[in-house]
Order: sequence, then C-alpha cells, then structure tokens
Amino acid sequence: MAGDVFVYIDHFGGQAPLSSWEAVGAGVQLAQAGSGKVTAVVFGDGVEGLAQTAISFGADEALLADSASLKDYSPERFAGALSGLVKQASPDVLLFPTSGRTRELAGMVAVDLETGIIPDIVEFEMKDGAVLATRPIYAGKLMARVLIPDRRPQILTIRTRAFPMPAADSEKSGTVTRVDLPEVQALSEVVGYKEAGGGVSLTDAGIIVSGGRGVSNNPKASPPADVTDPKEQEIWRARQGFALIGELAQVLGGAVGASRAAVDSGYVPYSHQVGQTGRVVSPDLYIACGISGAIQHLAGMRTSKTIVAINKDSDAPIFKLAQFGVVGDLYDVVPALTKAFRERLS
Amino acid sequence: MNILVGIKQTIDTAATVTVEGGKISAGETPLVLNPWDEFAVEEALRTKEAHGGQVTALSLGPDEAKEALKQALAMGCDSAVLVTDPAFEQTDSLATSKAIAAAITKMGDIDLVFFGRTTVDYDTGVTAAQVARRLNWPSLSLVADVSELDPAGKSITVERMLEDGRQVVRCKLPAVVSVVKEINEPRYPSFMGIRKASRTEIPEWSAADIGLTEVPGAVLRWPEVFAPPKVETRCELIEGGSPDEIARKMVDRLVEEKVI
Repeated sequence: MAGDVFVYIDHFGGQAPLSSWEAVGAGVQLAQAGSGKVTAVVFGDGVEGLAQTAISFGADEALLADSASLKDYSPERFAGALSGLVKQASPDVLLFPTSGRTRELAGMVAVDLETGIIPDIVEFEMKDGAVLATRPIYAGKLMARVLIPDRRPQILTIRTRAFPMPAADSEKSGTVTRVDLPEVQALSEVVGYKEAGGGVSLTDAGIIVSGGRGVSNNPKASPPADVTDPKEQEIWRARQGFALIGELAQVLGGAVGASRAAVDSGYVPYSHQVGQTGRVVSPDLYIACGISGAIQHLAGMRTSKTIVAINKDSDAPIFKLAQFGVVGDLYDVVPALTKAFRERLS
Repeated sequence: MNILVGIKQTIDTAATVTVEGGKISAGETPLVLNPWDEFAVEEALRTKEAHGGQVTALSLGPDEAKEALKQALAMGCDSAVLVTDPAFEQTDSLATSKAIAAAITKMGDIDLVFFGRTTVDYDTGVTAAQVARRLNWPSLSLVADVSELDPAGKSITVERMLEDGRQVVRCKLPAVVSVVKEINEPRYPSFMGIRKASRTEIPEWSAADIGLTEVPGAVLRWPEVFAPPKVETRCELIEGGSPDEIARKMVDRLVEEKVI
C-alpha cells in the first residue's frame, strides 16, 4: 500500500544490533510522512521476541518467519522470502539497517523487484512522494542526494548511529503474523562459525579509542632479547601501546580502532581499521592516539560528535578536526586518562 | 578454472574531491584501479596459480577505464574486456549488474567471479550480490579466506567476515565472491607485466554485443551532490604540569560538555 514501510530486522542468532531499532524509528518517521503503517519483518529461529521488540519500538505489526531451518542467514533463501512478502504487500519503502548481511540481501531483493537501492543513508526528506535520501560518497568527502522516482518499493539501508534510537514502549501492542516461507533452494550451506565477535563492534561503538603509527614510537619499552628483528621490535613496541589503548577503551566501554598505517604495519588486525578502506564510523567520542590524520583516515571518522587528539606533533592535521587536543606522548597521556576516567566513572 | 574479476576505475583515495558546477572533480589526481579491486585481482591470480586456468578482467565504464584494466593486466591477468556504451553513461547498481551478468553469460563457461567488497567512490557495495542474483549463482560476499577450492568437484569453501564473526560457507561452482582486505596482500605490477599490458588489445563490448536489446537506464536520480558543511573547529589544547593533571582536565572538560 502507498505510504507503507517494511523494516527488515537484522540479527545474528537472535541478537539484533541497535541499528535494527534505529531502522524501525526511521521507518516510523517515513510512514508518518506518507500516512502508512510500519511492518517489521523478522526471519530466524526462536526470534518471536525480536518481533515484539520491533513493535515496542514503534512498528505497527510484524511478519514473523520462525523455524529451525532459518537459524542461519542464507542470502538466496532470505532474499527470495523477503521479495515474496514485499510483492504481496507492495509497500512504498523497504528499509534495512546497514550490515554485511543486509547489503547483500537488499541488493538481491532490488534485483528480484527490479527497483533501486540507496545504501547507507544518513538523512531523508519526502519530495513529490519519493524519499529524497542523503548519503556520503567518497567516504564522506562529499554528500549526495539520491531518489528513486518511478520504481517501488524504494530500498534504503540506514547508516548505523545516523538516526536516533526510538524510545521503547512496552505497552504498545501490534499483531505478529506468522508466515510460512516458500521452500527456496539455498545455494550455499553454512558449515559453521569462527571467531565469534568479542568486544564492542566498531560501527556500533559510542566511543572509539584509536591508535596510529605513533603507537610504535615508544623508546622506553625495550623488547625481550629474543626479539631481534627491527620490524618485530617495532611491532612488539606497538602492541604495548595498543594494550594501553585497549585499557582506555575498556574503561570507557568503547571499541579499539586503528589507522591504516597501524594495520598495514601489522600492529593490529584489519577488522580495527577506520577510514576510507576500513570502517566509516561516527561515535559520540573518538580519541585518536598517535594518529597524524591522513585524508583517508579523516574521511572515516570526521562525523564523530567529539574528537580528541593526542599527538607529539602539534602540526599534525588531526588537530584541525579535533575539539580537544593534547600535544604530548601517548605513552604518558593514555594511561593517565585511563586512571582519570576510572576514578570519575566509578 | 575460468576466472573473471570485475573491476572499476575510481579516483585515488588520497585526492581532495570537490564539486564544481554540479560536477565531481578530483583536480589533476590520476584515476586508479579501485583499491578494493586490487584484492580481487590478487585472489583471482592466486587461484589461477594454484589451480591453473585463465583470468579475465572486466570493467564497465568509459574508454579511460582501459587504464584500470591495464593495471589488472600488468598484475598478471591474461586478458581484459571493457563493456562500454553511451547508454551506460548514467548507470546505477541495478543497470550495472544487468550488464555485467550479461557479459558473463556471453563469455560462458566461467567458474568463479571475484569482486572487491565495494568501490571507494560511491560505496554502494551491492554489485557482486546483484550479479550473483541475476545469474542465479551463489553469492559469497565479504570473503576473508578461501579455505578450500576443488575445481574437479566444482566446490568452494570460504570464510565470510560478518560483523559478528566469520561464517564458514560451502557451495558449488560457479559462484560470485566479493573479497575484503584481509584476504591477501596485492602484488605490484611487474616490469614485464606493464610491458605486456601496454601491448594487450582490450576488446570493447557494446550493450548490443552482450545481448542487451533493451538498454537498462538508471532507476536512481542524483539531483544534488555537495560538499558537507565545513565544520569550523578550534582545537582546545589541554595543558598541564603532568600527564595526570592533563588527564584530569581533559575528563573535566568532556564531562562539562556532556560528552561522557
């Protein structure tokens, strides 16, 4: 129906990222603009609770496919099922939170329905009955306004933390309709999982403490005698520094980030990289330690609400973007900050 | 193994990108092979080195995009094809995926297709999945490791890097894989490779050549591109006699500003 909005609830094993609820909130705003209703769509095994939560966050109703065979995300099965439900109900908008899974899923549904997809939006307004969405391009160096004038549904994925978290109302009621999904052939088989995520994910984190190449610059720490290779000594030094950064992140309940220089030098795994070829983040607080601020790194974190820079070099470009700065050695400042925050937050 | 790698030419990530008269400009900065695609080219080459076969690089774009294809050739790809047509000037992911899928169908007999996870320009990151969907081949997106590849048994097992951990997935070939940076370290083009690339003829395929009678137009419209408002920040430097004093002052200021 015209004005109606479908919101796909992304989750892993029944755990939904906050962005799923931000998407419900954005869906409510869109539905109000078009006088339609919001339908949450939940696929999984033992996930009725997610359907109820979506309603408490503002969805008018939920479509729930709940069976053991849906335990693992499967692109083809989920896309086929979602396309089928969307065809039946003909909503104007199909909304997703942005994740690795949903980019794939949203792209496939767009092919099934021969419609457009606008990923990773940070803002929208209504224009002549279409959603005029704003999204960063060139990693935020530019912004583009994009719309889908003629095709429906308009498929959008919303950037994590770009839309406010809606308030939950546990009294709110709505119908949860169980749906049976057609047997769609899965083209791949999930064998298992490795390295289940520990710690706070970068994109969800409200606070990120990041380290750069400067982290290896610690003359005070001397590597053990058996580490003789200069490159290994450098990595050893950097890891001492990242341990300090990790402690500060832990005290603040945040995540650890890194510049490309730190990742390419082997100090930390790629999954921590912030920037144009890493993750684009916008936390409430970003603390950059020993990061000079290459343009690619700045592109990945410039939308952070507050930026703190700690660097020995007072001319480092990062200070041009930071609200607060310390010109000093991160090896002195970071442990002192950890101590000061621990005292204040306890 | 017949391997295809899909690539795009983009503006260098080091460029300052501006809008001039509604057009995106990167000044004099040269165009490059999309950095994410270097990992896709590398993985295609490693697959060939391990299992034999041919690697073809494919791009959709204007004539200049041949430079990016030449870089892929210089890295070691055996051949390259440019899909180019005035009709593709205004394209979006829906139209792009249709053209690439049609080109793959025309080639026939492809076992494995590699893409980078996204492009550094428009960062839509959906082309691989959309191509897979159009071909009705399995989509293996965000792959950080190819754990097993059996060309004879036509099967592949990969690790996908999702937000909440690595998912191990197995499927039959042919399949479409998009790769993340963790998968490998791309090689530099060799001197011999560069010489070979400069001599390699890159055929051009039009929409009609790939069997598209009805040329797909973009369903997206881009009414406006603009530079984000410049945030004038003045950095407040926190100073003090000792690290502890600096840290206390910093925490005070962050609490005052309600950051914490």
